[in-house]
Amino acid sequence: MGMTITEKILAAHAGKKEAHAGELVECKVDFCMGNDVTAPIAVKRLRENGIKEVFDKERVAMVPSHFVPAKDINSAQQVQEVKDFSKEYGIKYFFEVGQGGIEHALLPENGLVLPGDIVIGADSHTCTYGALGVFSTGVGSTDLAYTMATGETWLKTPESMKFIFNGKLPKWVSSKDIILQVIGDVTVDGALYRAMEFAGDTIESLSLEARMTICNMAIEAGGKSGIIAPDAKTEDYVKSKAKRPYKFYASDPDATYCLVKEYDATKMEPVVAWPFQPDNIHTVSESSKISIDQVIIGSCTNGRIEDLRIAAGILKGRKVDKNLKVIIFPATQRIWTQALKEGLIEIFDAAGCIISPATCGPCLGGHMGILASKESAITTTNRNFVGRIGHPESKAYLASPAVAAASALTGRITHPAEVMPE
Amino acid sequence: MTTIPKLTGKVFKYGDDVNTDVIIPARYMNTHDPKHLAAHCMEDLDKDFITTMKPGDIIMAGKNFGCGSSREHAPIAIKYAGVSCVIAKTFARIFYRNCINMGLPILECPEAVADIKSGDVLDIDLNTGTITNQTSGKTFKAQPFPPFMTNLINAGGLMNYAKKKLGMAV
Repeated sequence: MGMTITEKILAAHAGKKEAHAGELVECKVDFCMGNDVTAPIAVKRLRENGIKEVFDKERVAMVPSHFVPAKDINSAQQVQEVKDFSKEYGIKYFFEVGQGGIEHALLPENGLVLPGDIVIGADSHTCTYGALGVFSTGVGSTDLAYTMATGETWLKTPESMKFIFNGKLPKWVSSKDIILQVIGDVTVDGALYRAMEFAGDTIESLSLEARMTICNMAIEAGGKSGIIAPDAKTEDYVKSKAKRPYKFYASDPDATYCLVKEYDATKMEPVVAWPFQPDNIHTVSESSKISIDQVIIGSCTNGRIEDLRIAAGILKGRKVDKNLKVIIFPATQRIWTQALKEGLIEIFDAAGCIISPATCGPCLGGHMGILASKESAITTTNRNFVGRIGHPESKAYLASPAVAAASALTGRITHPAEVMPE
Repeated sequence: MTTIPKLTGKVFKYGDDVNTDVIIPARYMNTHDPKHLAAHCMEDLDKDFITTMKPGDIIMAGKNFGCGSSREHAPIAIKYAGVSCVIAKTFARIFYRNCINMGLPILECPEAVADIKSGDVLDIDLNTGTITNQTSGKTFKAQPFPPFMTNLINAGGLMNYAKKKLGMAV
């Protein structure tokens, strides 16, 4: 019986010829990670159980990302716990501020997560690495401690859903719109416990960064994982970065899916997720009367260099609306440096934006741009639940970098075509 | 294996898609101290929850309870607030795993959720998954855990399972 790419990866890591949806398997894990908020609990679990070493010092990453640079004493203490643990346990990949960034941009950038891997991370957006043909999924801190100790995890082999996009995306429609549309169609628990596979010539035309945006938000549909089969583009992306061997898997033609949905990409438009759920999807046209107080461009969803280039392309030589705060978040130090080299930082600065160091910052209501009770923000991040970015009465609208940048010029949710006539 | 004592508590019922941002907002996550997290449990959904509930009380919800973030802070806040059990139509995946891993009792029972109201008093037998509504007299049976999870729970949780694998004393 044919297997999906996900079933194949799980079978291989469980030492089995086959795995099929519903089967409980215990799998070897290739890489695992935690951040400054989730790792301290994992560290505590190891210490309180007398576990004194990790399964492999080079297969664990500790990434201070959420509340860094340390936003208050408690946050600094949490980072210190993670740093002390990393030193004591000999963790090779501890990414101090200035050398790191947001984990879901950082790990692929450093060749630490590779095609054919199983990766688990104590962060829900660990599903991002599926863009490289990885089975990767978010877990809690105790699960991370278990994997750090044993090098394994237990998984229920998921059913898979297949989302096929064919055709050329219209101008201003991006991979962010693809995933927002899918989430809107299946709703916030439509993919619960399932692997979401994305395929079709539209997906194949996307860069690896654009693919990461899609897989990053699989969790917002309740998905266990998101995955895009690796191809020549994946090879180009990983070959110079990879720290170890990797393997390409692909779904069999007769693999079984619990849902197959096809889309004509040529008919898509830019969309926005309105408060207070990521599945509350509306077109940008429907959103055009909504005024905003803040724009956030960045995050593990859309903070990579290609995202910043798109935003800079719209803001170049212009000024953001003077009633707005516009905050740019390159997702890693390396991306920040590259944005500087390419003149993007200068464009953002001249336009009246502020540019943050790499951090999760306001995405989860941490720091660096929290919203007050009457404020609304348009943001390239991934969640907009009540209180996500600040006061429980504040509102967050999720969108692509192009829509966020266009909105920064007008002070209301704006279609990029309106400010960028052909 | 010891029998788990029966639980009795009052229900606090909420709707669908109760997410981790409202269960424990990130502004409180610069610490993992359970007492501090518990003090803010459910704050952005029901600010009166923590001041009104009593230890042993029960949270009930619709579908997809615990959706959103992987933060283990969410079940920690709920457990240390004194909630004895969460009953929902369905649970979000990472939240479900977290509860099993850190010992917060959870039960999936759409029939119970359809029938029971906030304020009802329930008796829960976790050994059998039986939920009895004292207020209406009706009884419900929750979905049993898959055998692997029952084994995990019986082994004393995920970290004990890890220690067994590593050949350590449990």
